[in-house]
Amino acid sequence: MGFEVLLKGNNMIRLLGGLAAALKISLISVCISLIMGTVFGSLMNDRHPLIKKILRAYLEIVRIMPQLVLLFIAYFGTTKALGVNISAEAASIIVFSFWGSAEMADLVRGALSGISPAQYESSLALGLTYHQTLVYIIIPQIIRRMLPLSINLITRMIKTTSLIMMIGIVEVLKVGQQIIEANRKNYPNAAFGIYFTVFVLYFAVCWPISRLSRYLEKKWEA
Amino acid sequence: MLSPYCDSPANSLVCKEWVIKMNEILNINGISKKYGDLVVLDNLSLKVKSGEVVVIVGPSGCGKSTLLRCINALEIIDDGEVALDGKAINPHDKNLSKVREKIGMVFQSYELFPHKTILQNLVLAPVRVKKMNRKEAEKEALHLLERVGLLSKKDNYPRQLSGGQKQRVAIVRALMMNPEILLMDEITAALDPEMVREVLEVVLDLAKEGRTMIIVTHELQFAKAAADRMVFIDGGRIIEEGEPKEFFENPKTERLKKFLHSFTYE
Repeated sequence: MGFEVLLKGNNMIRLLGGLAAALKISLISVCISLIMGTVFGSLMNDRHPLIKKILRAYLEIVRIMPQLVLLFIAYFGTTKALGVNISAEAASIIVFSFWGSAEMADLVRGALSGISPAQYESSLALGLTYHQTLVYIIIPQIIRRMLPLSINLITRMIKTTSLIMMIGIVEVLKVGQQIIEANRKNYPNAAFGIYFTVFVLYFAVCWPISRLSRYLEKKWEA
Repeated sequence: MLSPYCDSPANSLVCKEWVIKMNEILNINGISKKYGDLVVLDNLSLKVKSGEVVVIVGPSGCGKSTLLRCINALEIIDDGEVALDGKAINPHDKNLSKVREKIGMVFQSYELFPHKTILQNLVLAPVRVKKMNRKEAEKEALHLLERVGLLSKKDNYPRQLSGGQKQRVAIVRALMMNPEILLMDEITAALDPEMVREVLEVVLDLAKEGRTMIIVTHELQFAKAAADRMVFIDGGRIIEEGEPKEFFENPKTERLKKFLHSFTYE
């Protein structure tokens, strides 16, 4: 079936190394997206009409553009057009954060607008300060609303890292291809074994995360 | 009731303060509120004495809910003054939350905190604001829950309760702060008819107990039973006020007659 090729040399270690490269980029991007998304999302309201419009346009652009196009613009486009030479890793982090921040901002906006103004009022009326209202009443509710959706976004970001091999990063899928190429003669079946292993690796990373989201949803629903 | 301090001139200042305290808890003096060109409250004045239950009625949009919201500065008044215990409430004061502590409010839409259990809803403010011991606060909460017949719901979440149950919890939550005055803003308006009674009975109980309350409602039968004084507001002004019996049986103004008539079918 082609699995035996994994045991040859340090092939399995190399695959895991590729996975680590992908995870590193997604982890950094997720952190940036969480922070920027929270900032953008809390600005996307009617108190800041201009900022809201700009962020709206930003979100639309990100949604319309395939991530691969964004990656090509960031990596190949900038070199010629702007004369800057950024590494493939930096380009991926920029693109993934650009994408993640927009999606996260929309989630934060949605969660915020779902909380009725009367929730603030009933808390203030009890004598809580505005700060206490945010800490004890508003933020816990926002986190509960957002967590399942943001976990979904995180798994999507992890999965999409398979695209970064197109700008030359040796991540798990690329390592897989290299192994298949190198063993084409001795192990003609390697493709199935390797790609199946790549699938299992992605599954092993994303499944626990989505289970966690399911668990939290259940717990908070109770 | 006589003050123990009011027997000599030497104590006159203390005495005066005491009299103010015993008589007027709340003094609303000529307040106005506008939204753009729309005048919601028009130079309105109202005094509320300790232990008094004032029931406000009026057509929708007459400004009665806005009036309640101006009292605890959820809305900022354009003109006039609201004073609690003789001290003007300044909406921009850093210690506004200290004043709001003393003014309980119950909302039409209950506004329990959905991420907290009933018990957690009740002890949050006493623990965080009054710095009450959590055990003590819980004991008090359980005692009050039992009084409104909801002890068994203490560990439930608000969404597991019916509207009437939620509103009873919201009343208890306001009581937990032991406020000097309770504001009730159309607390039965969102309830199914069969749940109105269970809520109003709790309020009647509080009225008998001597709680100071301002109640905005459309339930005229309830108003009759609970009120010490009735107030009719229209167009942001008090049109008529008086004892409940006179108010309902002998309305003096045309507008109140018309308003009361709109509730009857012939």
